[in-house]
Amino acid sequence: MNQIPYAVVKLARDSQRPTGLDYIQNIFADFIELHGDRRYADDPAIVGGLARLQDRYVTVIAMEKGHTAKQRSCRNFGAPHPEGYRKALRLMKQAEKFGRPVICFVDTSGASCGIGAEERGQGQAIAENLMELSTLCVPVISILIGEGGSGGALALAVADRVWMLSNAVYSVISPEGCASILWKDSKKAEEAAACLKLTAGDALRLGIIERILPETELGEKPFYDRIRRALAEELEALEKDPDLVPKRYDRFRRIGQVKERT
Amino acid sequence: MAFIQFLKPKNALEEGGRTAAPIQQDAGEPEKTCPNCHKPIPLSRLWSSYLVCPCGYHFRMNARQRITMIADKGSFLELFAGIVSDNPLQFPGYTEKLETVQNISGEAEAVVCGTAEIGGRKCCLFVMDPGFMMGSMGSAVGEKITALFEYAMQKRLPVVGFTVSGGARMQEGLLSLMQMAKTSAAVKRHSDAGLLYIAVFTDPATGGVTASFAMEADILLAEPGATIGFAGARVIEQTTKKALPKEFQKAEFVLQHGFVDTLAPRSTQKQLLTRLLNAH
Ligand SMILES: [Zn+2]
Repeated sequence: MNQIPYAVVKLARDSQRPTGLDYIQNIFADFIELHGDRRYADDPAIVGGLARLQDRYVTVIAMEKGHTAKQRSCRNFGAPHPEGYRKALRLMKQAEKFGRPVICFVDTSGASCGIGAEERGQGQAIAENLMELSTLCVPVISILIGEGGSGGALALAVADRVWMLSNAVYSVISPEGCASILWKDSKKAEEAAACLKLTAGDALRLGIIERILPETELGEKPFYDRIRRALAEELEALEKDPDLVPKRYDRFRRIGQVKERT
Repeated sequence: MAFIQFLKPKNALEEGGRTAAPIQQDAGEPEKTCPNCHKPIPLSRLWSSYLVCPCGYHFRMNARQRITMIADKGSFLELFAGIVSDNPLQFPGYTEKLETVQNISGEAEAVVCGTAEIGGRKCCLFVMDPGFMMGSMGSAVGEKITALFEYAMQKRLPVVGFTVSGGARMQEGLLSLMQMAKTSAAVKRHSDAGLLYIAVFTDPATGGVTASFAMEADILLAEPGATIGFAGARVIEQTTKKALPKEFQKAEFVLQHGFVDTLAPRSTQKQLLTRLLNAH
Protein backbone atom coordinates (compact mmCIF):
# COMPACT_ATOMS: atom_id res chain seq x y z
CA MET A 1 0.00 0.00 0.00
CA ASN A 2 2.47 2.61 -1.11
CA GLN A 3 -0.05 4.59 -3.09
CA ILE A 4 -1.00 8.11 -2.16
CA PRO A 5 -4.45 7.82 -0.54
CA TYR A 6 -5.94 10.55 -2.72
CA ALA A 7 -4.84 8.65 -5.83
CA VAL A 8 -6.82 5.69 -4.53
CA VAL A 9 -9.83 7.96 -3.98
CA LYS A 10 -9.65 8.93 -7.65
CA LEU A 11 -9.42 5.29 -8.73
CA ALA A 12 -12.36 4.41 -6.50
CA ARG A 13 -14.44 7.10 -8.19
CA ASP A 14 -13.48 6.22 -11.75
CA SER A 15 -16.63 5.84 -13.85
CA GLN A 16 -14.97 3.01 -15.82
CA ARG A 17 -14.74 0.79 -12.74
CA PRO A 18 -17.19 -2.10 -12.62
CA THR A 19 -20.40 -1.01 -10.91
CA GLY A 20 -22.89 -2.93 -8.80
CA LEU A 21 -24.81 -4.32 -11.76
CA ASP A 22 -21.59 -5.57 -13.38
CA TYR A 23 -20.89 -7.61 -10.26
CA ILE A 24 -24.43 -8.95 -10.13
CA GLN A 25 -24.43 -9.97 -13.78
CA ASN A 26 -20.99 -11.57 -13.75
CA ILE A 27 -20.98 -13.34 -10.40
CA PHE A 28 -24.54 -14.65 -10.11
CA ALA A 29 -26.90 -16.59 -12.33
CA ASP A 30 -30.65 -16.13 -12.87
CA PHE A 31 -30.83 -12.62 -11.40
CA ILE A 32 -34.42 -11.51 -10.95
CA GLU A 33 -34.65 -7.84 -10.05
CA LEU A 34 -37.22 -6.87 -7.44
CA HIS A 35 -38.20 -3.21 -7.37
CA GLY A 36 -39.62 -0.75 -4.90
CA ASP A 37 -39.83 -0.09 -1.19
CA ARG A 38 -43.65 -0.61 -1.03
CA ARG A 39 -43.84 2.75 0.72
CA TYR A 40 -43.02 5.47 -1.73
CA ALA A 41 -41.00 4.63 -4.85
CA ASP A 42 -38.34 2.56 -6.53
CA ASP A 43 -34.85 4.00 -6.13
CA PRO A 44 -32.62 3.35 -9.17
CA ALA A 45 -29.50 3.98 -7.06
CA ILE A 46 -30.07 0.64 -5.36
CA VAL A 47 -30.66 -2.55 -7.31
CA GLY A 48 -31.78 -5.70 -5.58
CA GLY A 49 -33.30 -9.08 -6.12
CA LEU A 50 -32.92 -12.82 -6.15
CA ALA A 51 -30.02 -14.61 -7.71
CA ARG A 52 -28.21 -17.91 -7.69
CA LEU A 53 -24.66 -18.20 -6.40
CA GLN A 54 -23.45 -21.60 -7.59
CA ASP A 55 -26.01 -23.94 -6.03
CA ARG A 56 -27.74 -21.66 -3.58
CA TYR A 57 -30.18 -18.78 -3.88
CA VAL A 58 -29.19 -15.49 -2.33
CA THR A 59 -30.60 -12.01 -2.03
CA VAL A 60 -28.27 -9.58 -3.71
CA ILE A 61 -28.39 -5.83 -3.19
CA ALA A 62 -26.10 -3.37 -4.92
CA MET A 63 -25.64 0.34 -5.17
CA GLU A 64 -25.47 1.27 -8.83
CA LYS A 65 -23.70 4.36 -10.15
CA GLY A 66 -23.98 3.68 -13.90
CA HIS A 67 -21.24 4.17 -16.47
CA THR A 68 -22.47 6.62 -19.10
CA ALA A 69 -23.54 10.19 -18.31
CA LYS A 70 -27.16 9.25 -18.90
CA GLN A 71 -26.99 6.17 -16.68
CA ARG A 72 -25.20 8.05 -13.97
CA SER A 73 -27.78 10.79 -13.88
CA CYS A 74 -30.64 8.25 -13.89
CA ARG A 75 -28.95 6.37 -11.02
CA ASN A 76 -28.42 9.63 -9.12
CA PHE A 77 -24.67 8.84 -9.22
CA GLY A 78 -25.25 5.97 -6.83
CA ALA A 79 -26.54 8.21 -4.07
CA PRO A 80 -29.55 6.42 -2.56
CA HIS A 81 -32.70 8.10 -1.30
CA PRO A 82 -34.54 6.83 1.79
CA GLU A 83 -36.67 4.64 -0.47
CA GLY A 84 -33.49 2.92 -1.66
CA TYR A 85 -32.52 2.01 1.90
CA ARG A 86 -36.10 0.92 2.59
CA LYS A 87 -36.11 -1.26 -0.51
CA ALA A 88 -32.85 -2.82 0.67
CA LEU A 89 -34.34 -3.50 4.10
CA ARG A 90 -37.47 -5.00 2.57
CA LEU A 91 -35.35 -7.41 0.55
CA MET A 92 -33.18 -8.26 3.55
CA LYS A 93 -36.25 -9.09 5.62
CA GLN A 94 -37.52 -11.20 2.74
CA ALA A 95 -34.17 -13.01 2.65
CA GLU A 96 -34.47 -13.67 6.37
CA LYS A 97 -37.97 -15.08 5.95
CA PHE A 98 -36.82 -17.55 3.31
CA GLY A 99 -33.47 -18.30 4.93
CA ARG A 100 -31.38 -16.84 2.11
CA PRO A 101 -28.02 -15.20 2.69
CA VAL A 102 -27.63 -11.52 1.75
CA ILE A 103 -24.80 -10.19 -0.40
CA CYS A 104 -24.36 -6.42 -0.68
CA PHE A 105 -22.19 -4.39 -3.03
CA VAL A 106 -21.46 -0.94 -1.70
CA ASP A 107 -20.48 1.95 -3.93
CA THR A 108 -21.65 5.45 -3.08
CA SER A 109 -20.13 8.82 -2.37
CA GLY A 110 -22.87 9.09 0.25
CA ALA A 111 -26.61 9.03 0.78
CA SER A 112 -28.50 11.44 -1.45
CA CYS A 113 -28.29 14.98 -0.22
CA GLY A 114 -31.42 16.95 -1.03
CA ILE A 115 -34.79 18.28 0.05
CA GLY A 116 -36.79 15.17 -0.85
CA ALA A 117 -34.35 12.86 0.91
CA GLU A 118 -34.66 14.91 4.10
CA GLU A 119 -38.44 15.18 3.85
CA ARG A 120 -38.68 11.41 3.57
CA GLY A 121 -36.38 10.75 6.50
CA GLN A 122 -32.91 9.92 5.22
CA GLY A 123 -31.55 9.71 8.76
CA GLN A 124 -34.40 7.48 9.92
CA ALA A 125 -34.01 5.15 6.92
CA ILE A 126 -30.30 4.65 7.51
CA ALA A 127 -30.78 4.24 11.26
CA GLU A 128 -33.43 1.59 10.76
CA ASN A 129 -31.16 -0.40 8.45
CA LEU A 130 -28.30 -0.31 10.95
CA MET A 131 -30.58 -1.51 13.69
CA GLU A 132 -32.34 -4.24 11.71
CA LEU A 133 -29.20 -5.55 10.04
CA SER A 134 -27.61 -6.01 13.45
CA THR A 135 -30.00 -8.89 14.20
CA LEU A 136 -30.80 -10.27 10.76
CA CYS A 137 -30.79 -14.05 11.20
CA VAL A 138 -29.11 -14.96 7.90
CA PRO A 139 -25.47 -14.51 6.81
CA VAL A 140 -24.64 -11.08 5.43
CA ILE A 141 -21.53 -10.29 3.39
CA SER A 142 -20.83 -6.76 2.15
CA ILE A 143 -18.22 -5.87 -0.43
CA LEU A 144 -17.07 -2.29 -0.93
CA ILE A 145 -16.35 -2.07 -4.63
CA GLY A 146 -15.65 1.65 -5.06
CA GLU A 147 -16.62 4.47 -2.74
CA GLY A 148 -17.80 3.74 0.77
CA GLY A 149 -19.19 7.13 1.68
CA SER A 150 -20.17 7.45 5.33
CA GLY A 151 -23.53 6.42 6.79
CA GLY A 152 -24.96 6.03 3.31
CA ALA A 153 -22.52 3.17 2.72
CA LEU A 154 -22.70 1.70 6.22
CA ALA A 155 -26.46 1.21 5.79
CA LEU A 156 -25.62 -1.80 3.60
CA ALA A 157 -22.50 -2.87 5.47
CA VAL A 158 -23.52 -4.03 8.93
CA ALA A 159 -22.43 -7.51 7.96
CA ASP A 160 -20.75 -10.67 9.22
CA ARG A 161 -17.95 -10.12 6.74
CA VAL A 162 -16.96 -6.85 5.13
CA TRP A 163 -14.51 -6.99 2.24
CA MET A 164 -12.98 -4.24 0.17
CA LEU A 165 -11.56 -4.13 -3.31
CA SER A 166 -7.93 -3.06 -3.10
CA ASN A 167 -8.67 0.35 -4.62
CA ALA A 168 -11.95 0.96 -2.87
CA VAL A 169 -12.16 3.58 -0.12
CA TYR A 170 -14.26 3.72 3.05
CA SER A 171 -14.60 6.96 4.95
CA VAL A 172 -16.63 8.86 7.50
CA ILE A 173 -16.57 11.95 5.25
CA SER A 174 -15.27 12.77 1.78
CA PRO A 175 -11.73 14.17 1.81
CA GLU A 176 -13.08 17.34 0.20
CA GLY A 177 -15.73 17.72 2.89
CA CYS A 178 -13.21 17.10 5.63
CA ALA A 179 -10.77 19.64 4.20
CA SER A 180 -13.41 22.31 3.83
CA ILE A 181 -14.70 21.85 7.38
CA LEU A 182 -11.34 21.56 9.12
CA TRP A 183 -9.17 23.82 7.05
CA LYS A 184 -11.81 25.83 5.17
CA ASP A 185 -10.13 24.73 1.97
CA SER A 186 -11.49 21.89 -0.14
CA LYS A 187 -8.26 21.93 -2.14
CA LYS A 188 -6.52 20.31 0.78
CA ALA A 189 -8.42 17.11 -0.01
CA GLU A 190 -5.19 15.26 -0.67
CA GLU A 191 -3.97 15.99 2.84
CA ALA A 192 -7.36 15.10 4.32
CA ALA A 193 -7.43 11.79 2.43
CA ALA A 194 -4.16 10.84 4.08
CA CYS A 195 -5.38 11.85 7.56
CA LEU A 196 -8.71 10.02 7.29
CA LYS A 197 -7.13 6.55 6.83
CA LEU A 198 -9.64 5.54 4.19
CA THR A 199 -7.84 2.93 2.09
CA ALA A 200 -8.49 -0.80 2.22
CA GLY A 201 -5.13 -1.31 3.94
CA ASP A 202 -6.10 1.19 6.64
CA ALA A 203 -9.52 -0.40 7.10
CA LEU A 204 -7.92 -3.83 7.51
CA ARG A 205 -5.42 -2.52 10.07
CA LEU A 206 -8.21 -0.80 12.01
CA GLY A 207 -10.19 -4.04 12.16
CA ILE A 208 -13.06 -2.63 10.11
CA ILE A 209 -12.84 -5.23 7.32
CA GLU A 210 -11.81 -8.88 7.11
CA ARG A 211 -10.33 -9.09 3.66
CA ILE A 212 -8.90 -7.11 0.74
CA LEU A 213 -9.82 -8.40 -2.72
CA PRO A 214 -7.06 -7.80 -5.26
CA GLU A 215 -7.97 -6.01 -8.47
CA THR A 216 -5.89 -8.06 -10.87
CA GLU A 217 -7.87 -8.52 -14.06
CA LEU A 218 -10.49 -6.12 -12.74
CA GLY A 219 -13.76 -6.55 -14.57
CA GLU A 220 -12.64 -9.69 -16.40
CA LYS A 221 -13.93 -13.23 -16.03
CA PRO A 222 -11.18 -14.54 -13.69
CA PHE A 223 -11.78 -11.55 -11.40
CA TYR A 224 -15.46 -12.32 -11.00
CA ASP A 225 -14.77 -16.07 -10.74
CA ARG A 226 -12.47 -15.42 -7.81
CA ILE A 227 -15.08 -13.35 -6.00
CA ARG A 228 -17.76 -15.97 -6.68
CA ARG A 229 -15.57 -18.68 -5.17
CA ALA A 230 -14.69 -16.54 -2.17
CA LEU A 231 -18.35 -15.75 -1.52
CA ALA A 232 -19.40 -19.38 -1.82
CA GLU A 233 -16.69 -20.55 0.57
CA GLU A 234 -17.46 -17.87 3.11
CA LEU A 235 -21.21 -18.55 2.99
CA GLU A 236 -20.54 -22.22 3.53
CA ALA A 237 -18.80 -21.39 6.80
CA LEU A 238 -21.28 -18.73 7.90
CA GLU A 239 -24.30 -20.90 7.25
CA LYS A 240 -23.00 -23.49 9.70
CA ASP A 241 -22.42 -20.94 12.44
CA PRO A 242 -25.12 -21.12 15.14
CA ASP A 243 -23.86 -17.89 16.76
CA LEU A 244 -24.09 -15.68 13.72
CA VAL A 245 -26.03 -12.82 15.29
CA PRO A 246 -24.11 -12.58 18.60
CA LYS A 247 -20.86 -12.71 16.64
CA ARG A 248 -22.03 -9.88 14.41
CA TYR A 249 -22.79 -7.88 17.55
CA ASP A 250 -19.31 -8.54 18.89
CA ARG A 251 -17.75 -7.70 15.55
CA PHE A 252 -18.98 -4.11 15.82
CA ARG A 253 -18.90 -3.95 19.62
CA ARG A 254 -15.09 -4.24 19.58
CA ILE A 255 -14.52 -1.32 17.21
CA GLY A 256 -13.24 1.94 18.65
CA GLN A 257 -10.30 3.14 20.66
CA VAL A 258 -10.77 4.95 23.97
CA LYS A 259 -8.73 5.78 27.03
CA GLU A 260 -9.72 5.18 30.63
CA ARG A 261 -9.28 8.27 32.79
CA THR A 262 -9.44 7.92 36.54
CA MET B 1 -20.06 26.81 37.24
CA ALA B 2 -22.19 25.12 34.61
CA PHE B 3 -24.32 28.22 34.32
CA ILE B 4 -21.30 30.47 33.84
CA GLN B 5 -20.11 28.28 31.00
CA PHE B 6 -23.37 28.78 29.22
CA LEU B 7 -22.95 32.56 29.28
CA LYS B 8 -19.98 32.47 27.03
CA PRO B 9 -20.77 33.66 23.53
CA LYS B 10 -22.52 31.07 21.45
CA ASN B 11 -19.76 31.04 18.89
CA ALA B 12 -17.23 29.86 21.40
CA LEU B 13 -19.51 26.96 22.23
CA GLU B 14 -20.22 26.17 18.62
CA GLU B 15 -16.61 26.09 17.65
CA GLY B 16 -15.77 23.78 20.46
CA GLY B 17 -14.48 26.69 22.51
CA ARG B 18 -11.51 27.69 20.44
CA THR B 19 -11.82 31.21 21.76
CA ALA B 20 -12.25 31.45 25.47
CA ALA B 21 -14.03 34.78 25.34
CA PRO B 22 -14.37 36.60 28.67
CA ILE B 23 -17.81 36.91 30.19
CA GLN B 24 -19.28 40.38 29.91
CA GLN B 25 -20.17 41.54 33.39
CA ASP B 26 -21.57 45.06 33.36
CA ALA B 27 -22.77 47.10 36.29
CA GLY B 28 -26.43 46.27 35.64
CA GLU B 29 -27.94 42.83 35.44
CA PRO B 30 -26.30 40.82 32.68
CA GLU B 31 -28.41 40.25 29.63
CA LYS B 32 -28.36 38.05 26.57
CA THR B 33 -29.80 39.00 23.22
CA CYS B 34 -32.18 36.50 21.68
CA PRO B 35 -31.15 35.54 18.15
CA ASN B 36 -34.81 35.03 17.25
CA CYS B 37 -36.64 38.14 18.52
CA HIS B 38 -33.46 40.21 19.00
CA LYS B 39 -34.65 41.45 22.40
CA PRO B 40 -32.37 41.50 25.41
CA ILE B 41 -33.35 39.10 28.17
CA PRO B 42 -31.99 39.38 31.72
CA LEU B 43 -30.01 36.28 32.49
CA SER B 44 -31.82 35.65 35.74
CA ARG B 45 -35.09 35.47 33.83
CA LEU B 46 -33.57 33.22 31.18
CA TRP B 47 -32.34 30.83 33.83
CA SER B 48 -35.66 30.65 35.61
CA SER B 49 -37.35 29.80 32.32
CA TYR B 50 -35.04 26.90 31.39
CA LEU B 51 -33.08 29.13 28.99
CA VAL B 52 -36.15 29.76 26.87
CA CYS B 53 -36.86 33.28 25.62
CA PRO B 54 -40.42 34.62 26.10
CA CYS B 55 -40.66 34.40 22.28
CA GLY B 56 -40.19 30.63 22.55
CA TYR B 57 -36.60 30.45 21.35
CA HIS B 58 -34.71 27.63 23.05
CA PHE B 59 -31.12 28.57 23.83
CA ARG B 60 -28.61 25.75 23.76
CA MET B 61 -28.09 24.06 27.08
CA ASN B 62 -25.11 22.11 28.29
CA ALA B 63 -25.35 18.56 29.61
CA ARG B 64 -25.16 19.39 33.33
CA GLN B 65 -27.84 22.07 33.05
CA ARG B 66 -30.14 19.57 31.39
CA ILE B 67 -29.51 16.94 34.02
CA THR B 68 -30.37 19.49 36.71
CA MET B 69 -33.54 20.34 34.84
CA ILE B 70 -34.70 16.77 34.12
CA ALA B 71 -33.47 14.46 36.88
CA ASP B 72 -35.08 14.45 40.32
CA LYS B 73 -32.90 16.39 42.73
CA GLY B 74 -29.81 14.45 43.76
CA SER B 75 -30.85 11.33 41.84
CA PHE B 76 -28.28 11.42 39.04
CA LEU B 77 -25.40 8.97 39.34
CA GLU B 78 -22.85 9.25 36.57
CA LEU B 79 -21.61 6.14 34.76
CA PHE B 80 -18.62 5.60 32.47
CA ALA B 81 -17.25 9.06 33.26
CA GLY B 82 -13.68 7.86 32.80
CA ILE B 83 -14.08 6.88 29.14
CA VAL B 84 -12.38 9.51 27.02
CA SER B 85 -11.21 9.90 23.44
CA ASP B 86 -7.81 8.86 22.24
CA ASN B 87 -6.27 9.95 18.96
CA PRO B 88 -6.21 6.56 17.21
CA LEU B 89 -5.45 7.90 13.74
CA GLN B 90 -2.90 10.43 14.98
CA PHE B 91 -5.09 13.02 13.33
CA PRO B 92 -3.27 16.36 13.23
CA GLY B 93 -4.40 18.80 15.94
CA TYR B 94 -6.98 16.43 17.45
CA THR B 95 -5.20 15.73 20.74
CA GLU B 96 -4.76 19.47 21.36
CA LYS B 97 -8.35 20.17 20.34
CA LEU B 98 -9.64 17.58 22.81
CA GLU B 99 -7.60 19.11 25.60
CA THR B 100 -8.85 22.61 24.87
CA VAL B 101 -12.46 21.50 24.68
CA GLN B 102 -12.15 19.49 27.86
CA ASN B 103 -10.77 22.50 29.67
CA ILE B 104 -13.40 24.91 28.42
CA SER B 105 -16.44 22.65 28.69
CA GLY B 106 -15.40 20.95 31.91
CA GLU B 107 -16.60 17.69 30.34
CA ALA B 108 -14.45 14.67 29.50
CA GLU B 109 -16.50 13.82 26.43
CA ALA B 110 -19.50 14.92 24.37
CA VAL B 111 -22.00 12.78 26.24
CA VAL B 112 -22.77 12.38 29.93
CA CYS B 113 -24.33 9.04 30.94
CA GLY B 114 -25.78 7.72 34.15
CA THR B 115 -28.83 6.62 36.05
CA ALA B 116 -31.43 9.00 37.37
CA GLU B 117 -34.96 9.27 38.59
CA ILE B 118 -37.44 11.29 36.59
CA GLY B 119 -40.68 11.91 38.47
CA GLY B 120 -39.68 9.08 40.79
CA ARG B 121 -39.11 6.61 37.93
CA LYS B 122 -35.66 5.13 37.68
CA CYS B 123 -34.05 5.17 34.24
CA CYS B 124 -30.77 5.38 32.40
CA LEU B 125 -30.10 8.88 31.13
CA PHE B 126 -27.73 10.20 28.51
CA VAL B 127 -27.29 13.84 27.67
CA MET B 128 -25.10 15.12 24.88
CA ASP B 129 -23.24 18.40 25.16
CA PRO B 130 -23.21 21.01 22.39
CA GLY B 131 -20.14 22.62 23.92
CA PHE B 132 -18.00 19.55 23.32
CA MET B 133 -17.14 19.56 19.61
CA MET B 134 -20.85 20.03 18.92
CA GLY B 135 -21.74 16.67 20.36
CA SER B 136 -19.83 14.81 17.67
CA MET B 137 -19.56 11.03 18.00
CA GLY B 138 -16.17 9.37 18.11
CA SER B 139 -15.14 6.12 19.81
CA ALA B 140 -15.73 7.46 23.32
CA VAL B 141 -19.28 8.68 22.67
CA GLY B 142 -20.07 5.42 20.86
CA GLU B 143 -18.61 3.38 23.70
CA LYS B 144 -20.47 5.30 26.41
CA ILE B 145 -23.83 5.11 24.62
CA THR B 146 -23.36 1.41 23.88
CA ALA B 147 -22.30 0.66 27.45
CA LEU B 148 -25.32 2.57 28.77
CA PHE B 149 -27.79 0.57 26.67
CA GLU B 150 -26.08 -2.66 27.74
CA TYR B 151 -26.27 -1.57 31.37
CA ALA B 152 -29.93 -0.61 30.95
CA MET B 153 -30.66 -4.00 29.44
CA GLN B 154 -28.96 -5.80 32.29
CA LYS B 155 -30.85 -3.78 34.91
CA ARG B 156 -34.05 -3.76 32.83
CA LEU B 157 -34.28 0.01 32.86
CA PRO B 158 -35.76 2.40 30.30
CA VAL B 159 -33.38 4.84 28.59
CA VAL B 160 -34.05 8.55 28.21
CA GLY B 161 -31.62 10.39 25.95
CA PHE B 162 -31.13 14.02 24.92
CA THR B 163 -29.40 14.23 21.59
CA VAL B 164 -27.44 17.13 20.19
CA SER B 165 -24.85 16.43 17.56
CA GLY B 166 -23.24 17.60 14.38
CA GLY B 167 -22.62 13.96 13.45
CA ALA B 168 -19.74 11.53 13.43
CA ARG B 169 -16.37 12.94 14.56
CA MET B 170 -14.20 13.01 11.47
CA GLN B 171 -10.92 13.08 13.39
CA GLU B 172 -11.46 9.39 14.23
CA GLY B 173 -12.33 8.48 10.67
CA LEU B 174 -13.82 5.03 10.16
CA LEU B 175 -13.76 4.32 13.88
CA SER B 176 -16.34 7.08 14.32
CA LEU B 177 -18.43 5.79 11.45
CA MET B 178 -18.52 2.31 13.00
CA GLN B 179 -19.94 3.74 16.23
CA MET B 180 -23.19 4.23 14.31
CA ALA B 181 -23.42 0.46 13.81
CA LYS B 182 -22.23 -0.31 17.33
CA THR B 183 -24.72 1.96 19.10
CA SER B 184 -27.56 0.83 16.80
CA ALA B 185 -26.90 -2.81 17.66
CA ALA B 186 -27.01 -1.98 21.37
CA VAL B 187 -30.27 -0.06 20.97
CA LYS B 188 -31.71 -3.05 19.09
CA ARG B 189 -30.82 -5.48 21.85
CA HIS B 190 -32.34 -3.19 24.47
CA SER B 191 -35.43 -2.82 22.32
CA ASP B 192 -35.75 -6.57 21.68
CA ALA B 193 -35.70 -7.04 25.44
CA GLY B 194 -38.98 -5.13 25.52
CA LEU B 195 -37.51 -2.04 27.12
CA LEU B 196 -38.45 1.58 26.50
CA TYR B 197 -36.20 4.20 24.92
CA ILE B 198 -37.27 7.83 24.63
CA ALA B 199 -35.11 10.31 22.73
CA VAL B 200 -35.42 14.06 22.88
CA PHE B 201 -34.00 15.91 19.87
CA THR B 202 -32.41 19.21 20.76
CA ASP B 203 -30.72 21.69 18.47
CA PRO B 204 -28.99 20.50 16.33
CA ALA B 205 -29.29 16.81 15.55
CA THR B 206 -27.67 15.97 12.26
CA GLY B 207 -25.45 13.46 10.47
CA GLY B 208 -24.38 10.15 11.90
CA VAL B 209 -26.10 10.57 15.26
CA THR B 210 -29.47 11.30 13.67
CA ALA B 211 -28.84 8.34 11.33
CA SER B 212 -28.19 5.99 14.23
CA PHE B 213 -29.21 5.88 17.89
CA ALA B 214 -31.06 9.22 17.94
CA MET B 215 -33.70 8.10 15.43
CA GLU B 216 -34.05 4.59 16.87
CA ALA B 217 -36.09 5.44 19.95
CA ASP B 218 -39.59 4.11 20.58
CA ILE B 219 -40.76 7.63 21.26
CA LEU B 220 -39.17 10.69 19.69
CA LEU B 221 -39.66 14.12 21.20
CA ALA B 222 -38.24 17.33 19.80
CA GLU B 223 -37.59 20.77 21.25
CA PRO B 224 -39.39 23.45 19.22
CA GLY B 225 -37.15 25.01 16.60
CA ALA B 226 -34.47 22.31 16.81
CA THR B 227 -32.74 21.44 13.55
CA ILE B 228 -33.16 17.73 12.81
CA GLY B 229 -31.80 16.13 9.67
CA PHE B 230 -29.16 14.01 8.03
CA ALA B 231 -27.35 16.31 5.59
CA GLY B 232 -26.56 19.85 6.69
CA ALA B 233 -28.74 22.61 5.20
CA ARG B 234 -25.76 24.47 3.76
CA VAL B 235 -24.48 21.35 2.00
CA ILE B 236 -27.95 20.68 0.57
CA GLU B 237 -28.19 24.24 -0.70
CA GLN B 238 -24.78 23.99 -2.34
CA THR B 239 -25.57 20.60 -3.87
CA THR B 240 -29.06 21.30 -5.16
CA LYS B 241 -28.60 25.02 -5.82
CA LYS B 242 -32.19 25.46 -4.70
CA ALA B 243 -33.60 27.69 -1.99
CA LEU B 244 -34.72 25.61 0.97
CA PRO B 245 -38.28 25.75 2.33
CA LYS B 246 -38.57 28.20 5.20
CA GLU B 247 -38.96 25.74 8.04
CA PHE B 248 -36.72 23.12 6.43
CA GLN B 249 -35.34 20.55 8.92
CA LYS B 250 -36.89 22.37 11.87
CA ALA B 251 -38.63 20.24 14.50
CA GLU B 252 -42.04 21.47 13.28
CA PHE B 253 -41.20 20.41 9.69
CA VAL B 254 -39.93 17.02 10.84
CA LEU B 255 -43.12 16.53 12.90
CA GLN B 256 -45.23 17.39 9.87
CA HIS B 257 -43.35 14.82 7.80
CA GLY B 258 -43.93 12.15 10.40
CA PHE B 259 -40.49 11.60 11.85
CA VAL B 260 -41.02 12.70 15.45
CA ASP B 261 -43.91 11.97 17.79
CA THR B 262 -44.45 15.36 19.33
CA LEU B 263 -42.86 18.69 20.18
CA ALA B 264 -41.79 19.10 23.77
CA PRO B 265 -40.99 22.63 24.92
CA ARG B 266 -38.54 22.60 27.79
CA SER B 267 -41.06 23.68 30.41
CA THR B 268 -43.13 20.57 29.68
CA GLN B 269 -40.38 18.00 29.22
CA LYS B 270 -40.07 16.65 32.72
CA GLN B 271 -43.80 16.20 33.11
CA LEU B 272 -44.15 14.57 29.71
CA LEU B 273 -41.23 12.22 30.33
CA THR B 274 -42.73 11.27 33.69
CA ARG B 275 -46.08 10.49 32.10
CA LEU B 276 -44.46 8.44 29.36
CA LEU B 277 -42.31 6.51 31.82
CA ASN B 278 -45.33 5.85 34.01
CA ALA B 279 -47.24 4.47 31.04
CA HIS B 280 -44.67 1.70 30.56
ZN1 LIG C 1 -36.60 35.71 21.75
